[in-house]
Amino acid sequence: MSIIDKIESEQLKKEIPAFNVGDTVKVHTRVIEGDKERIQVYSGIVIGRKGTGINSNFTVRRVSYGEGVERVFPLHSPRIAKIEIERHGEVRRAKLNYLRSRKGKSATTVKEKSPQSRA
Amino acid sequence: MSIGLLGKKLGMTRVYDDKGRITTATVIEAGGNRILQVKNTEKDGYNAIQVGFGDQKAQRVSKAQTGHFAKSSSTAKKFIREFRLAEGETAPESVDLGLGTFEVGQWVDVIGQSKGKGFQGVVKKHNFAGQPASHGSMMHRRNGAIGNRSTPGRVWKNMGMPGHMGDERVTVQNLRVLQVREEDGVILVSGAIPGAKGTNVIVRPAKKKKAPAKS
Repeated sequence: MSIIDKIESEQLKKEIPAFNVGDTVKVHTRVIEGDKERIQVYSGIVIGRKGTGINSNFTVRRVSYGEGVERVFPLHSPRIAKIEIERHGEVRRAKLNYLRSRKGKSATTVKEKSPQSRA
Repeated sequence: MSIGLLGKKLGMTRVYDDKGRITTATVIEAGGNRILQVKNTEKDGYNAIQVGFGDQKAQRVSKAQTGHFAKSSSTAKKFIREFRLAEGETAPESVDLGLGTFEVGQWVDVIGQSKGKGFQGVVKKHNFAGQPASHGSMMHRRNGAIGNRSTPGRVWKNMGMPGHMGDERVTVQNLRVLQVREEDGVILVSGAIPGAKGTNVIVRPAKKKKAPAKS
């Protein structure tokens, strides 16, 4: 293993829940305000995953007060305390960019994965 | 100039700091630096240490060099440079220059040989704007006018013209030392440094930014 691989693998998180595009997740982020640290939760639909190793990111989209919001999180960032999976979604694409052009309920819902297909 | 280290660029990666911020980093192999000679004012006219880095096969070294390495009972080294000692600065007692020369948070300058780009035009080499692409323009990436008329009657010095680009000595100033990994023999500095992977580089304490960085 090269030294660069070693440096990168040291920073990878050991336990990352298996989630995929289309899943509804709650991302617990550490927010530092002054000298205090608190946890802020951001929930939404994962519309894409990108990159490998230390460079892997995922994008979470939500509609907040009628305005679409997308946040990109580095998967291995120490500022992410926890990723909670609420629902497994069943989707047929790797990137759910089509949600951006949707309005109303269809913009925030993805068909839930049936228990059989999850196995 | 105070003492620095010689090293080899290994590649780039990204590291998180203690506050969870990510920084691009260059990994520099700098283990095994060794002092080959201490130069002093009486004998050499100036104070400096000569440092060698990177082992070389003994058969590849001339007899004269072999003798020079033997004087400091060192193995043959590939990359040899000097560090000038400042007024009143003395050479370290140990012949081995460890990575402890640098500490985390310190500012450093890195000197290397940049990647060769070959013969390049003025648009790439000197950031000229070039000429219009269309509207009947038949001149696209040329250098254009290079001077005036009979006054001065010559081309000014340093006029940008096409030619060889890259493969020159480049110094990048004020990079932060992110990690010093004694066990791996590498240091990590913030940002990019000149040259391809495998390029020999000189890492020295920053000339302009003295105080250790407060992250």
